[in-house]
Amino acid sequence: MALATRDVVGILADNLRKRGSVLPISARRATHWARELNLPRGGETVLYTGMMYQLIPYIERLVSLEQRLGDSPLARFSGLARRANRLVNGIALVARPPADERAEYDRVPANVARLLQQAGVSFGYLYEDDLYAGALTYDLGADEVVAAHARRVAGIFREHGVREVITIDPHTTTMLRSVYPELLGGFDVRVRSYLEVLAERDLRLGALAGEVVVHDSCVYARYENVIEEPRQLLAAAGLTVREPANARTLTWCCGGPAESLYPAKAETVAAKRVEQLREVAPDCVTMCPICLVNLRKAANGTVRFRDISEYLVEAVSSSVAGSEDKRLDEARESVS
Amino acid sequence: MSTVLSPALARELHQLGEFDAEACLNCGVCSATCPLGIDLLPRRLFRYVVFGLAQRVREESEAIFSCLLCRACEQSCPAGVHITENVRLLRRWLLEEGL
Repeated sequence: MALATRDVVGILADNLRKRGSVLPISARRATHWARELNLPRGGETVLYTGMMYQLIPYIERLVSLEQRLGDSPLARFSGLARRANRLVNGIALVARPPADERAEYDRVPANVARLLQQAGVSFGYLYEDDLYAGALTYDLGADEVVAAHARRVAGIFREHGVREVITIDPHTTTMLRSVYPELLGGFDVRVRSYLEVLAERDLRLGALAGEVVVHDSCVYARYENVIEEPRQLLAAAGLTVREPANARTLTWCCGGPAESLYPAKAETVAAKRVEQLREVAPDCVTMCPICLVNLRKAANGTVRFRDISEYLVEAVSSSVAGSEDKRLDEARESVS
Repeated sequence: MSTVLSPALARELHQLGEFDAEACLNCGVCSATCPLGIDLLPRRLFRYVVFGLAQRVREESEAIFSCLLCRACEQSCPAGVHITENVRLLRRWLLEEGL
């Protein structure tokens, strides 16, 4: 027996309306990744995480709990859970992912910030005002709640004088770029994925070797036409990019969008995608936190999934180290 | 059991957004490309709406909320139907109906 759809959607919508995120975590947790980067607050151009990567460990804890509850007699009390959640932030009580899991997903926004800095992009960060964009609630059809939330986010951008937003994940990208203008009747902010920003810059990459299979996010490939940029960047990093059976606009979903209501269906779809990827290469590149976590779970270690930012940061680091070595060699030669 | 037709159903969905299920040719390409393999979605579902079979739509709420919104179906739809937006609007309608 699954939990009642109306109660699950209701809890997510209540959280977005009341607490600014479908899964409310503290601002300290959401901004932890930035603590050592000294990013300026606000500015005309901001890096906007939409909390997506930071939320993944919490989502996983909740989905696991949801599965256990759905299989127990407690499933019939989901309405009661919704009423209780209105009074108390239930997420804070039940979802406590371990520090190493949080650190793994926190690393992605930090990677992106470092890559943008390396590419010479000037940007700020909104810290506690970097809110979840509302993707899951919008997908589930709770439009009024999302529209009110979008007005709040637009107000924050106005307050900080934001004119351009650089996003990290496909879901936040499409919400801000394609959905907000519809919901708000216009949205005068330029929205680009960091992959698009980096692809048009002369980012010094290189020195990685080997081959990887690329898994396109449905939202990047079919909603936002972000297809060539990740391939261009991976190739510039020295990697051989291989394509699975369903690639680019024909990509095969990771199953993740079904996870909040029907985790078993999500697993079935993910397992099929893992098979397609495994046939091509043992190392797979993802560019969406939801794809990353779902495919990883389904692969159970048989394919190594890593976010694209991990590869790009490694390539930049090795390129910088290589330049350092070259400078030292030149200096030694001139001395001798 | 008698079947109740509700002409209001399609009208209500059009009021919620750009619902274009009427353009569906019922060819089945969408079902063939669906990663979930849901043979119901979307063509038969859209017929229910066009015919005003509100109760049949309500009975299919699990299929409607299972959809991944991945747009694999739209990629091959010969009629260019905005399938995922239609499904999303059906979710919205179901939520407003109290499921």
